[in-house]
Amino acid sequence: MGAHATDHDDSETDGPKVLSVSPRNPRVRTIQIHRPAPQDASFLAATAKGLGVTLRHFFKNVLRGKDHNYIETVEYPEKKVDYPERFRGLHRLMHRDDGAVRCVACMCCPTVCPAHCITIVPAQTDDKGIEKFPAVFEIDELRCVVCGLCVEACPCDAIRMDTGEHAKPVEERHDAVMTKDALLELGARSTAVQGGEGAAWRERK
Amino acid sequence: MADLKTLVLGRKDVQDLDVEQEMPSELMTVNMGPSHPAMHGTVRIVLTVDGERIVKGDIQPGYLHRCFEKEAEYATYTQIFPYTDRLNYVSPMINNVGYAMAVEKLLGITAKIPRRAEYVRVIVSEVSRITDHMTCIGASAMELGAFTPFLYLLKAREWLYMLLEEVSGARLTHSYVRVGGVGKDLPDGWLPKLLKRLDEIEAVLVECEVMLNNNKIFRDRMAGVGAFSKEDAINWGLTGPVGRACGIDYDVRKDFPYSIYPELEFDVPTATTGDCYDRYLVRVEEMKQSIRILRQCATQLPDGPTMIDDPRVALPPKRDAYNTIESMIRHFKHIVDGIKVPSGEAYTFVEGGNGELGFFIVADGAGRPYKCYCRNPSFVHLSSVPKTMQDHLIADIVPIFGMINMIGGECDK
Repeated sequence: MGAHATDHDDSETDGPKVLSVSPRNPRVRTIQIHRPAPQDASFLAATAKGLGVTLRHFFKNVLRGKDHNYIETVEYPEKKVDYPERFRGLHRLMHRDDGAVRCVACMCCPTVCPAHCITIVPAQTDDKGIEKFPAVFEIDELRCVVCGLCVEACPCDAIRMDTGEHAKPVEERHDAVMTKDALLELGARSTAVQGGEGAAWRERK
Repeated sequence: MADLKTLVLGRKDVQDLDVEQEMPSELMTVNMGPSHPAMHGTVRIVLTVDGERIVKGDIQPGYLHRCFEKEAEYATYTQIFPYTDRLNYVSPMINNVGYAMAVEKLLGITAKIPRRAEYVRVIVSEVSRITDHMTCIGASAMELGAFTPFLYLLKAREWLYMLLEEVSGARLTHSYVRVGGVGKDLPDGWLPKLLKRLDEIEAVLVECEVMLNNNKIFRDRMAGVGAFSKEDAINWGLTGPVGRACGIDYDVRKDFPYSIYPELEFDVPTATTGDCYDRYLVRVEEMKQSIRILRQCATQLPDGPTMIDDPRVALPPKRDAYNTIESMIRHFKHIVDGIKVPSGEAYTFVEGGNGELGFFIVADGAGRPYKCYCRNPSFVHLSSVPKTMQDHLIADIVPIFGMINMIGGECDK
């Protein structure tokens, strides 16, 4: 045992020993922590108390049945924990009303991506309202750091990460590259209203 | 091997060293690490041992170097957040907050951050502080043979990680805080969940204290090991729980209050000897104080926006970006050029899980930092370890190293 000034048993009722009150933040006190004195040489009492804790857990787990016990471990893969709503998982590309890709190849997401995992090759469409679309849209899920900046950067609700799935393990590196088709397959029709509302938009806000 | 002894100690006469020993032993060099079961993270220690006694320990970190500072020079101010997540990966929220505060200081918008955002930042920081201390205590106890507290603490840590996952969308690499506020508001019904978990965590802490505080093995391995005097601690730059265990009355939240800490009531625990047992006790007490802070925040949390209303800093709302050309242009400028930070330099420091976590940014007016330096407490604390473990036994490295709580990602940057 190291020699210690407070190695005698203070009574707990006094509360912590206050050393000072901060002049810059008067609501904050500096306290001396209570260093418990060793109770006896053999520590038998402490051992019994510790065993009491583990035994309590043991009996609670055994007696309360399988569904009400305190075991936190999930029996994966039979049981799974649902990911929360905001979970950032696999990417997906959203659709237009006619099922075409919503992305207009504005290159915002490859620009903002800190891992440079998005590849877009833009091409022209005949649709005058849209003009551009991605001929190639690939995301390398091995490079992706799942930061979600691409979703924030998308100005037309084309890319999302709300699939609730994490990236699957793959055998070959190139299997982790999600192509445009794979991304569209996970996608759904976007209900975000864009562009078409015109000048009346401000009044309707 | 007398040459090695001469080399290390500068003494020629072997007898000088081994006066008390009946059998003079030769010095031996032992490699501990880089991947050693008792090492947190990847770090190599080249030990020169005299029997079981450590004569000299040479610590060689750097195995997890990811060029954080250099990478930051090529990333926009927003893109750096994912990098900061990976500094201290046990409490990433505090890194996020510390970095965001540095950029805000440069922009001069520190006082204009919405109050709700400040509260949310403090809430997630304190939750992270608890997870940090839980990892440290749990892992250290496990290395000393106490496996049960490790499981109990990690169970409780997982509750908190799940709560943080609900807020940010990722369990570990949150990237939640943004310059000027936080990415998203707290989800509905999150605070009651947190408060319920805090009650359960208090019970877990009591259980762990019962199991560890007077456990003979734990006390014998911790008490009196790695003691550090106050003067030495100041000279070596120890901060955080490690510094406070040595008796340094320094906590950034208290001495340089930032964010909403002046409105909160809490205690800063200190100890006197600075041995591993004190470091453990200080960490336990800090977790209790964090729970106290979280309860105050939950009652005081104001309504309002969580992002600053400043077009220079904040992205326009999605609906505006979808429908108006002005917002669309602003959105693109934001993404392509990054936040334009006026030239200058700023250093901000927050109380991280392990100590004073500082970010020093030099800006040259562009959308990317000219230089971004991180004052990482793990590295500073690690530099004190050779001195701490001198004349201790090899087995003492485990508690000393555990209670320093070196996080590889933060130490090696």
